[in-house]
Formats: sequence, structure tokens, C-alpha cells
Amino acid sequence: MNLGPHAAFILAAYAAAVVVIAGLIGWVTLDLRAQRRQLGDLEADGVTRRSAALKEPA
Amino acid sequence: MALIDLANPTRFLNFAERAMPWLIAATVFAFAIGLAQALFVAPDDYQQGATVKIMFIHVPSAWLGMFCWGLMSVASLGTLVWRHPLADVAAKAAAPIGAAFTFLCLFTGSMWGRPMWGTYWEWDARLTSVLVMFIMYLGLIALWRTVEDPSRAGRAAAVLTLVGAINLPIIKFSVDWWNTLHQPASVFRLGGPTIDKSILVPLFAMTIAFTLLFVSLHVAAMRNEILRRRVRSMLMLQARAQGG
Repeated sequence: MNLGPHAAFILAAYAAAVVVIAGLIGWVTLDLRAQRRQLGDLEADGVTRRSAALKEPA
Repeated sequence: MALIDLANPTRFLNFAERAMPWLIAATVFAFAIGLAQALFVAPDDYQQGATVKIMFIHVPSAWLGMFCWGLMSVASLGTLVWRHPLADVAAKAAAPIGAAFTFLCLFTGSMWGRPMWGTYWEWDARLTSVLVMFIMYLGLIALWRTVEDPSRAGRAAAVLTLVGAINLPIIKFSVDWWNTLHQPASVFRLGGPTIDKSILVPLFAMTIAFTLLFVSLHVAAMRNEILRRRVRSMLMLQARAQGG
């Protein structure tokens, strides 16, 4: 693949796309881990959501 | 399951859990086809040479930047008019993704502009109106982070989003209304696309791949936002219990 005399501009554009997309994927993945960890910690402490508690059998 | 059933956050979480693997697989598959088409099948442009390859990421990014604002506007109506339980979740989750694609549109446009126009930036109507959209995205994200109560933040952000929607037709028609350095519409226009099929097909393939990526990221970000709100309500319950 010959990118011609403006190869640096083409590569910079594609590199930016890779960085931005990787950043977005990293953001949602790390955020999911953080939220699940916090939920797990709270549940381990015995905290229950009101709606979840209401569904518990009496 | 009817679409309206997803309005329940728990049902949406179940849907996201089941849909994510399929969405990821479809996105990877679409990118494999799109990138193969864009990098190895599409010919160089007779005037622009290989720089036309920048178009395959610039145009989908521009489309997603605008599509995302449109989606947030519909969600904002859901927040203000119907008080839909997932509307402001959808809007809040979409804003960083829309900002990222708008940034990518501006950056790749700059990389394309330097060799073709002789400048990285020009204060013309199209470029400036897209920059305004990017700044408004940042403003929305800042607003969400400033107001602690999600429902209050949601209503304020919804108003700002609907005001910002005025910018969408300005972006779209700026190349027709004003004399700009940016080329006029060449894909979505009344007379049909002016781009040759050999370049148009890879462009559509990349646009589908980027759109699937957006949907995957948005569903994942909405799931995270629902979990964040659960954490918040549980922390408040815990604080109340500890306070007596």
C-alpha cells in the first residue's frame, strides 16, 4: 500500500482514530469494573436497594 | 420483548448483558470488512491521491458527532416531556462518546485539510459550527459533573441539549448557506451522491462499522450509568442507616 507524499497525515489520522476508540473502550471497561466493585462492596456490607429488598420474600 | 419494556432499568441491564456479545461481534466483523475495503480495495482519488483514505474515518466521525447530538435531543424530550426513566441515562451516557467522535472529526479534518487546502484550520462556517458542537459537548459533560443530583442535572442538560440542537441544521447546511472552504454535501444530497461507487461502498462500510461501534459503546455506557445510580442510592441508604 503506497500512501504517497502525504503518508504522515494519513497515518496521523488513523493513529488518532485508534487512540480515541481505544480510549472509549478503556473508559467503558474500567468504569464497569469500578461500578461492579462498589456494588459488590456495598452488598458485602449488607446494604440492599429498597426495590430489591421489597422483592425479598417475607 | 417490546421496546417499551426496556424502559425499566433492570430489564435494560438484562438486555445489555445479552446484547453486548452480539454487538461486539458485529462491530468487529463490520470493521474487518470496512478497513479491508478502505485500505486495500478503494482506489486513490484522481485529485487527492491517497489522502482520500482519511475520508473513511472523517465522514463517519462527523456523522456520529451529529447523530449523537440528535439522539441526545430525542432523549432530552423524553426527560422533559415524558420523564422517561432511561432518557437522561441515555443522554448522559452518549455525551462523552459524541464528544470523542466530534474531536476525531475535527482532528482528521485538520490532517486532511493541511495537504489538500494548505491549512490545518480555517474559520469557515462548517468548521466553526462543528467546533461549537464540540465545545457544547464539553459544556454538557461539565454540567453533568457539576450538579450532584442526577435528575436535576438531567433536566438542566436536557434544556442545553435542545438549545444546542439548533446547531445541527447549521452544520448540515453551512456549506450551502455560506461560501466555505469545506466542500458541499457529496453523499446525502437531493441529486444523489457525487462520489464514485468504488469509494462510496467502502465509505458506507466504514460508516456502518462506526455506527455499530457507537451503539455498542452507548449500550455499555448506559449500563455503567444505571449501575452508578444504584451505587449512589445504596450509598445514601447506608449513610442514612449509619446516621440513625
